[in-house]
Amino acid sequence: MSHSSPETLAALARQELEGLVKRTTPLTPKERIAITAQEMPTQDPAIRRRNVQEVALGYTPEQARLESMRCLQCRNAPCVQGCPVRIDIPGFLKAAADGDFQGACSIIKKNSLLPAVCGRVCPQETQCQEHCTVGKSLKSVDKAVSIGRVERFVADLERESGSAVAPTIKPATGKKVAVIGTGPASITVAADVRRAGHQVVMFEAFHKPGGVLVYGIPEFRLPKAIVQKEIDALTGMGVELKTNFVIGRTRKLKALIEEDGFDAVFIGTGAGLPKFMNIEGENLVGVFSANEYLTRANLMKAYDFGRADTPISRSGRVAVLGGGNVAMDAARTAVRLGASEVHIIYRRTEVEMPARIEELAHAKEEGVIFHLLENAKRLIGDKDGCVTALECLRYELGEPDASGRRRPVEVKGSEFIHEIDAVIVAIGNDSNPLIPRTTEGLQTTKWGNIIVDETGKTSIDRVYAGGDIVLGAATVILAMGEGRRAAASINERLK
Amino acid sequence: MNKILARTQLSDDVYMMRLNAPYIARERLPGQFVILQLDNEFGERIPLTIADADPVEGSITIIFQAVGKTTHNLADKQVGESVQSVLGPLGQPTHIEKFGTVVCVGGGIGVAPLHPIVKGMKAAGNRIIVIVGARTKGLVILEEQMRALADEFIICTDDGSLGRKALVTEPLKEVCGRIPKPDMVVAIGPPIMMKFCAEATRPFGVHTMVSLNTIMIDGTGMCGGCRVTVGGQTKFVCVDGPEFDGHQVDFDNMMQRLKAYRKHEDHAHEQCHLNAELSAKEKVNS
Repeated sequence: MSHSSPETLAALARQELEGLVKRTTPLTPKERIAITAQEMPTQDPAIRRRNVQEVALGYTPEQARLESMRCLQCRNAPCVQGCPVRIDIPGFLKAAADGDFQGACSIIKKNSLLPAVCGRVCPQETQCQEHCTVGKSLKSVDKAVSIGRVERFVADLERESGSAVAPTIKPATGKKVAVIGTGPASITVAADVRRAGHQVVMFEAFHKPGGVLVYGIPEFRLPKAIVQKEIDALTGMGVELKTNFVIGRTRKLKALIEEDGFDAVFIGTGAGLPKFMNIEGENLVGVFSANEYLTRANLMKAYDFGRADTPISRSGRVAVLGGGNVAMDAARTAVRLGASEVHIIYRRTEVEMPARIEELAHAKEEGVIFHLLENAKRLIGDKDGCVTALECLRYELGEPDASGRRRPVEVKGSEFIHEIDAVIVAIGNDSNPLIPRTTEGLQTTKWGNIIVDETGKTSIDRVYAGGDIVLGAATVILAMGEGRRAAASINERLK
Repeated sequence: MNKILARTQLSDDVYMMRLNAPYIARERLPGQFVILQLDNEFGERIPLTIADADPVEGSITIIFQAVGKTTHNLADKQVGESVQSVLGPLGQPTHIEKFGTVVCVGGGIGVAPLHPIVKGMKAAGNRIIVIVGARTKGLVILEEQMRALADEFIICTDDGSLGRKALVTEPLKEVCGRIPKPDMVVAIGPPIMMKFCAEATRPFGVHTMVSLNTIMIDGTGMCGGCRVTVGGQTKFVCVDGPEFDGHQVDFDNMMQRLKAYRKHEDHAHEQCHLNAELSAKEKVNS
């Protein structure tokens, strides 16, 4: 993919929009489809490989309007069906096409509390944009209306202009709700419950709030200042935040209800327990979970050499095991920390990769090397216990498995060696067991996910849960959707 | 923010501090630890064991050795100043019950986390044999407190400057050879000491519990940086530990993993000393 400069993209958009706004008759669907799909301006790959600033720079106002004009305003709105929180997508795109960006943002905010975040990290190509009629008629999901990019634009504009209106808060009810965790599900619950007039206290184990948005997703994909703004909005609404407070240890969950006077509790502690492959050599020096590697780099700012006290491995040849967004994040972080080569090892093919197309493309542009149909068999170390090589097996695709993806089958006797000096394991997360282990009577599945009913309530009265601790590792938008549901149930329960 | 209520220098580089931490003081049990961070922007997170707690005052006592940048900076803090973050209590508490005779072995700074365990074991009705060891006399900590709790107290130093001139493994072997043999050994200290304590008790078949102090970030099971191999399986020190069966721990792997960032730490430590010298010079000059 050739890289077009932001200036070129802006100039082209300005020109195209000028032509369109002069018209007096409404655009026909055919004409809308003919509008140029707006490319996201990005930092030049050669430059961004050496910095942690955001890769995608965001649309210009002209680009946002043009992209919104591509929307056909389908009456059946298939895009809305694909959105986990049912945002009125044609509605906000219409407002944006007319240049009413504030109006567009207000429409989104009726359903989604975190548009600046979701506009960046939602997998739109498998949600709203997958069903877009424009994409279908152009025979490529890549050509669908870039709903997420417009969402991001209007949210950024609102934030930067300071025009966001503080939500109205109902009169105090005297009821108190504890929210455990400060990730996307918890942020949503805190906002919705606070708006109903209840007192809200959020508990965070780390020294900074934001959960996976700050420890997991890198700065170059989601600037931490944006997450902080969302948190500031909550504290501005009167939500109390307690950091360095781990429920289950600093205070038992049940004590919150029985002794501390909380009327309801929401558990949104996420999927924070890294999976390992259980292969030989996995505990060698230089082998990290993606969680550890990313937390060092993001939350602990280890990229800021000289200022940050937290060290991070600055390796030459790095192998990342896995094919999801977290694997891409880890690989691209390794590139930025100065690795000479970064290899992604994935046992299926690119088609089956769970990573977003955009993340995959960005990783390739930044020089990450992909090894498909390969998987690690064991890790080999030197006399000091440091990893030096990865023994892999080749795979081929067999029959489809339960997930519908073709099952990878190992090719017997196909062992070969990659010489590397660091390995990052990014094969997923299980649910964090801390709260289930320390809370008697809280029912979980055999995988450790908390069981909830259709209202988000757990097996314990007044205790609700949502997000990855219920779903298993999923997405920000799904966590938010779960949070909305639980918040509605809590507000109903406290009436 | 956790205010420093008291600060005592126990030896050349070992310090004891009492920190305001009411929740941790109320909840903590023997065997648990905290994670401490001096600066929330650029500071590192380090695990430290809890030596004691006063739930009435709402304080915990930590004992630490100034070995790296963070512990040096912590040692420089005075009463009235604060630590930005203290998280805890973390880890599984020690399993305390009446076992019979319990041998508690503490090496160097390891005596600090051992202290609450000895207290707990004593209160549960066990006969307590304490073995305290250090390189030299000046490095022995909590001698009086441990002596007061022990039914039998053995002290040894590598150079013979206090008590027996021996490593802790020597009296440990003797005690294990007695008839009847002790019911349980708890050994806490430098990894190499715990490794050899486990080797010393293995032939006698005495269950030996060790407490591991590894590299950690979150301390809640999220990062896996603290993982160790125990009985051929991967365990997380922060949530599965910190105590494990010493006969099952792969100490060699653990010690290698502890050195993962040695180069960086040495550099940071050196830099920290240089900065201290520079600022001292500046003070003289101004």
